[in-house]
Amino acid sequence: MRYLPHTPEDIAEMLDAVGVESLDGLFASIPADCRRSAPMVLPHPLTEWELNAHIDRLAGRMAIGPAYKVFIGAGSYEHFIPASVGFLTSRSEFVTAYTPYQPEISQGTLQAIFEYQTLAARLLGMEVANASMYDGASALAEALLMAARITRRSKVAVSRAIHPLYRRVVDTYLKPTGLEVREIPFGLNGTTDLGALDDPAELAAVAVQSPNFFGCIEDVGAVSGRAHAAGGLCVAAFSEPLAFGLFKNPGSQGADIACGEGQSLGIPRSFGGPGLGMFASRMQYVRNMPGRLVGETKDKEGRRGFVLTLSTREQHIRREKATSNICTNNSLCALTAAVYMASLGGSGLRELARLNFDKAEHLKSRLRAAGISLPFGAATFNEFVAAFPDGFDATYRRLIAKGIVAGLPLESYYPELKNHYLLCVTETMGKDDLDALAKEVTS
Amino acid sequence: MTEFPGATGLVLNESLLWEKGRRGRCGFSLPRRDVERRPAPEALTGAGPDFPDLSEVDVVRHYIRLSTWNFSVDTGMYPLGSCTMKYNPKTNERQAGHPGLAGAHPLLPADLCQGALELMAALECLLAEITGLDAVTLQPGAGAHGELAGMLIFHAYHRHQGRARSKIIVPDTAHGTNPASAALCGYTSVGIASNADGILSPEAVAAVMDDQTSGIMLTNPNTLGLFEENIKAIAAIVHAKGGLVYCDGANMNAVLGMAHMGNMGVDVLHLNLHKTFSTPHGGGGPGAGPVCVAKHLEPFLPVPRVRLADNRYVLSEDFPLSIGKLQAFWGNMANLVRAYSYILTLGAEDLKQVSQLAVLNARYIKERLKGTYHLPYDRPCMHECVFSDSLQQAHKVTTLDIAKRLMDYGFHPPTIYFPLVVPGAIMIEPTETESKEDLDLFIESMKAIAVEARETPDRLHQAPTRAKRRRLDETAAARKPCLTG
Repeated sequence: MRYLPHTPEDIAEMLDAVGVESLDGLFASIPADCRRSAPMVLPHPLTEWELNAHIDRLAGRMAIGPAYKVFIGAGSYEHFIPASVGFLTSRSEFVTAYTPYQPEISQGTLQAIFEYQTLAARLLGMEVANASMYDGASALAEALLMAARITRRSKVAVSRAIHPLYRRVVDTYLKPTGLEVREIPFGLNGTTDLGALDDPAELAAVAVQSPNFFGCIEDVGAVSGRAHAAGGLCVAAFSEPLAFGLFKNPGSQGADIACGEGQSLGIPRSFGGPGLGMFASRMQYVRNMPGRLVGETKDKEGRRGFVLTLSTREQHIRREKATSNICTNNSLCALTAAVYMASLGGSGLRELARLNFDKAEHLKSRLRAAGISLPFGAATFNEFVAAFPDGFDATYRRLIAKGIVAGLPLESYYPELKNHYLLCVTETMGKDDLDALAKEVTS
Repeated sequence: MTEFPGATGLVLNESLLWEKGRRGRCGFSLPRRDVERRPAPEALTGAGPDFPDLSEVDVVRHYIRLSTWNFSVDTGMYPLGSCTMKYNPKTNERQAGHPGLAGAHPLLPADLCQGALELMAALECLLAEITGLDAVTLQPGAGAHGELAGMLIFHAYHRHQGRARSKIIVPDTAHGTNPASAALCGYTSVGIASNADGILSPEAVAAVMDDQTSGIMLTNPNTLGLFEENIKAIAAIVHAKGGLVYCDGANMNAVLGMAHMGNMGVDVLHLNLHKTFSTPHGGGGPGAGPVCVAKHLEPFLPVPRVRLADNRYVLSEDFPLSIGKLQAFWGNMANLVRAYSYILTLGAEDLKQVSQLAVLNARYIKERLKGTYHLPYDRPCMHECVFSDSLQQAHKVTTLDIAKRLMDYGFHPPTIYFPLVVPGAIMIEPTETESKEDLDLFIESMKAIAVEARETPDRLHQAPTRAKRRRLDETAAARKPCLTG
């Protein structure tokens, strides 16, 4: 076995040194009734070349570009990823290192994460960002728990226009804690209906997503105004951070915690994971934040260096009183996002965001011209909802046969949105693809 | 004279990203604009972030220089106890990066993602067979996430039994995450101490187990590297009071093909694919923490679950007792592909040999360093062994000094000051992928350091001297946090 370096002679010498006669003898402390009664039954081992063929076969049964044009976003976005990003983030020194507990020999990871925290904070307009969480959904759940810790209140209000799968994760996390989750409905224009929010005085947090699940830009400023007036926090979630290259970021609109999914920033979709949970807040709340933080300091000779810091919040010191049980996070994904943001730069990010917006607007105008209803009037970024005529599901299936996945059907998430589809357009779609889609859905 | 791996060489300095660059550079090939500009609503738009503008060369040199400041498994021996820093096979990267998998959207209609669903279903079966448990979820994104899933399952199970419980038993040898995960479910941790042999006694469990206690959370082998020999009796005590047994599977690398979690009485177990199943640690994640359960807890597993119906895989939500969802999507697929590739590459016999050699390596280190360093529990260890600094304290040398000095010899230090039951702990887990020559060099380094501790202790106090940085002021970092630049 090529990963196991021991020769029979090595094994014999080592057994001799430990005074045990056989490899099985090393396991004498496992009682007979805790052992397997029979060997494991697993497939016959594959050579590297057989494994390649096997994975090729499985991967061949997946609908990916360029054969398929997939107009689905909904929390997972197709963006071009420069070859340099994958090249740099596959460096063994980043990939095969542990959490940087020994800072003297982990400065590469530590500086990279410090830079990620800085870029993430700037992108979101917040004062401090942590070293990452698992994904956007769990980041939102942790944000609501944090708001409850800060305000010592036990109810949170969550917009129904937040990603439905995020809200289900929130339910899972909050259910055993006794925190109550109230839903705020969305209005006719596709954004959260703040007018329906009653009794905000009891709320730890008001949470919205912008762009929201329907792609609509929310008035986060109005949300933070309402939340603050009642002594609660504004939690601003997101699933497409590229939008902040063009639209106002959460911090500039008064959000106290900004949290969401960073997959969009150079991370492959990988059938949903790993993603990147981004998490940022105001500095005054930093000691209530979950997750790892990297801070700047000096070494013995006065040179700049970086360490994991404020760890008294964390599980390995505080145990059951920790702010979260999270320990490892998605560090390599944070590195990927940092390399991607550094590659784009401020100017590139703005232009790329602009292009996403313009392409989505192009498809919107083509669909409108073809008589398709776009029911929500609010401004959008690179996703929007279209209401197709009755019987569109047959068209949807016909288009799949032609290699086009015409958005995500919304009815299973929102029963009232029958025949409504969420369509996503990024820079990866050419004008021809957009025009073809507009033509096909009406033919 | 032995040549140790530690050396000095030309390492370059590198500034922070925003200290470089010039406005107007870009390291990204901007896609062609083939649509016209559209008016964006001005009231809603912002200025965009203040990022540095860098060329592709700026970015590449920046990160390559940073990478050279890291120690990694691919650089050398990384014997961090409890972390299982084994070699991460390169073919796994090829498989996880396959465009058909890496480029797939998670919400594709089922007929368009049969390959990924088949892989998930197959991996669940493999993990069930390896652990001896009945059903598996792949959704948790890390070990601690798996623990949370396990505690949520405890919580849901007891509620379904009609009686929520308020406490959980956590031994003193537990990972710090265990009580933190339990606290998220509102459980109060009840600590119990290990006995003089470093393992749990059934009596200690019986003394605290009652009908208000949801169960026990233990690690087997435990964090002293010792097999919990009384686990079956302990499980019986917990079960008799209606409780459940959670096993933290962080140390599964010690018992592959040997132990059977079902036979031990374990009800819930999480695995760390980034430990036992060779997926990379990534400088702190992403990992993956699948959870395996006994049959009676299957209804509580997270949704959706992969199901085969009419020869076609689907993601099914039809599990009304489920604890719900832990991530937006289905799990850290890229790591699932890596672990699946690892298991298919090794097969049953080589996986068993993984544990045999992991234990052999640890036992070899324990025997060879015994006497040079204090061994608080001199019993046959499994995949890791725990020493302490008590022999070196006479020379005013601590575990921290020993750890830092090891860097100069070219090794990553072991886990230090954990487990808490051993003051000044030095917890060594070599893993099976280290050769005898490398173990011998490590042992020789540790012995040389013990000599230095007696003869030239200041060398240890000053260490490391060969790393990119000398010791860093962690107190100052925490007192005046500077978390962004």
